Amino acid sequence: MSTPTHDHPQPTDPENPETASAPESGGPSSGGSAAGGPSSGASGGPASIGPADMDEPPKGGSFLGYLLRKLGGAAVSMILVVVLGFFAFRMLPGDPVLKIAKERPMSPAQIAELRSQYGLDKPVIVQFWDYLVGILTGDLGESYVYRKSVAALIGEYIGPTLLLTATAAVIAIALGLWLGQLSAWRRNSLFDKLASSTSLVFWSVPTFWLGLILLMIFGGTLQWLPTGGMVTPGLEPWSFAAVIDVIRHLILPVVSLVAVVYAQFLMVMRASLLEEMNEDYLTTARAKGLTEDEVRRRHAVPNALLPTVTVVFLHIGGLIAGAVTVEAVFSWPGLGKLTFEAIRGPDLPLLQGTFVVFSAIIIVMNLAADLVYRWLDPRIRRA
Amino acid sequence: MTANTPAEAAPGKPSGAGSLNPSSGRSPQSGAPAVDGAKLVRERRLNNAKKNWAMFRSDIPAMVGAVLLIFFILIAVLAPLIAPESRLDVTKQLDVPRYAPPSLAHPLGTDDLGREMWVRILWGSRVSILVGVAATVMSMVIGTIMGLAAGHFTGLFGAVVMRIIDFFLVLPSLLLAIVLSSVLERGVFTIVVAIGLTSWASTARIVRSQTLSVESRLYIERARILGAGHSHILFKHLLPSVMPLVLANTTLTVGGAIIAESTLSFLGLGDTSKESWGTILKNSMDVSAATSGYWWYVLTPGIAILLVVLSFTMVGRALEAIINPALRSR
Repeated sequence: MSTPTHDHPQPTDPENPETASAPESGGPSSGGSAAGGPSSGASGGPASIGPADMDEPPKGGSFLGYLLRKLGGAAVSMILVVVLGFFAFRMLPGDPVLKIAKERPMSPAQIAELRSQYGLDKPVIVQFWDYLVGILTGDLGESYVYRKSVAALIGEYIGPTLLLTATAAVIAIALGLWLGQLSAWRRNSLFDKLASSTSLVFWSVPTFWLGLILLMIFGGTLQWLPTGGMVTPGLEPWSFAAVIDVIRHLILPVVSLVAVVYAQFLMVMRASLLEEMNEDYLTTARAKGLTEDEVRRRHAVPNALLPTVTVVFLHIGGLIAGAVTVEAVFSWPGLGKLTFEAIRGPDLPLLQGTFVVFSAIIIVMNLAADLVYRWLDPRIRRA
Repeated sequence: MTANTPAEAAPGKPSGAGSLNPSSGRSPQSGAPAVDGAKLVRERRLNNAKKNWAMFRSDIPAMVGAVLLIFFILIAVLAPLIAPESRLDVTKQLDVPRYAPPSLAHPLGTDDLGREMWVRILWGSRVSILVGVAATVMSMVIGTIMGLAAGHFTGLFGAVVMRIIDFFLVLPSLLLAIVLSSVLERGVFTIVVAIGLTSWASTARIVRSQTLSVESRLYIERARILGAGHSHILFKHLLPSVMPLVLANTTLTVGGAIIAESTLSFLGLGDTSKESWGTILKNSMDVSAATSGYWWYVLTPGIAILLVVLSFTMVGRALEAIINPALRSR
């Protein structure tokens, strides 16, 4: 290991200014003499969540210990979400009632009444306590716009969102991982270049714009598919025609979500498999006489899948966030559309509710990822 | 992961950079060889720069990206000269046809209020690129600080920082940015803060892993034995060694920030008084341009976003490949 030598005292400037100015001047003269050994974790192109580097080296311990640690982590995240929800929505905007009052004319008496209705005349700590109790008992306040309980609204809208995101997630994961391993295996082939550059393009557009384009082509010009909503009104629920109708409504939003997200899965899977490509066990497998396909399917891919799982679940959060705009574009009656309406309001209790619920879903998904990971990777199980 | 020693990573790079000498600031330069060394280092750096430039130039997508970026930055800077702001004033467009499809008279068509699309795109590039870059700078600063802290400090403090990074890593930044920008006063600055405050986690993670790998090097140990404190190790040793990585990451992140800006504007959280590509798309959605056949209204701002984001990504990948030789074989 050649550590930078310290026996040439230089009167030159320190490294920092030079490195800092390098990209600004457009020149690639990156200094950084100590830049050796950048972790390969930063690979994976734009979806630059390297597979290996975030996970701590798994500590030992029983499954129970592992479970408790992960549960604890999820609980801390959930507490942070709840606290953040309180501070963002009750503290940052100043007085929410004044904000409502700014939107529509109100007398001081009405303002005072609203204030006591929302409990804003109480001390902050009492408000926080009420808020905590509310969340634990499923009471998320009342929507300003809908004049309904936020919990009831969310209950009503959560189903379509789960349907949409779950469908998109399954398709995106399957497509992304499959294309990713194929393109890694045929690295630098025409297929690889096509797959990589297509995903790069999809990665570079906003989800909602893709939705608008699809809407324009298939809903507007060709009129093949419905432009919005979830079911055509008037159909018997759960009848065959209604199911087909929902599927027809589902196609465009799912395609726009998948197109943006699968690219990230493809990149991650590709990078992850490339890491495995030069491993000795693959040579062994080939020496045993397995065909290339068998080597790939039975040896390389399972190992490459491991680090991918965590990343895939991390990106599910992004998928859910993408649902907000896609649901807005396609008027899909889900939580994303509710969020969109809440922003338009602005309906802070509703926004707070959707934020907490979205975050809870994502935290649970990640907890699931951690548990699945342990189940998949025997090294952690035994450790 | 730590296989690349500085010498292997970049043979041409100066191995005796004076800045890394913990005592360079304190001890007066004693002896003549220092001058020769400086010249040597300068030459090496020049050679290195030339080599890197050659590598960058041979990467065709990156060069195309760089040219496109320069083009977009130029039109953003020169927008007031190319098309005066009055051309965005709705009251002065009364004789212009609404929803005119692209033609010679209206190169990119007009919108629902008779404004030329190309003028809007031109002006929109200012906010979109500015927000993208500013938010990225903010997110890089936060991410670097948090990543260094998480990698350098052990014990309770490090664990707490790590937990915070994890939290921001798990929650999609868009969700948090929606929350922040909806409760704060509307404006360009709010959007920058909302994106910058919420999108630093992946940078922090990269910085952290790099910090960990550098931290185990002998020269850090040497510095520590010589009595270097936290701030010395952090700012004199760790920061310079993570900077190249952070900078390559910056170019990759700008694209994400531009998309985030357009998404927030599209949701109506942007500054409605200022043109941005997201705002144009929001307006197109408000008049149902997509289903009414006004394709140019939807297509042009999106293509502008696509081109700029793609350019930043291409340039970023090329820079990353130059800085991180391990990626070159890919």
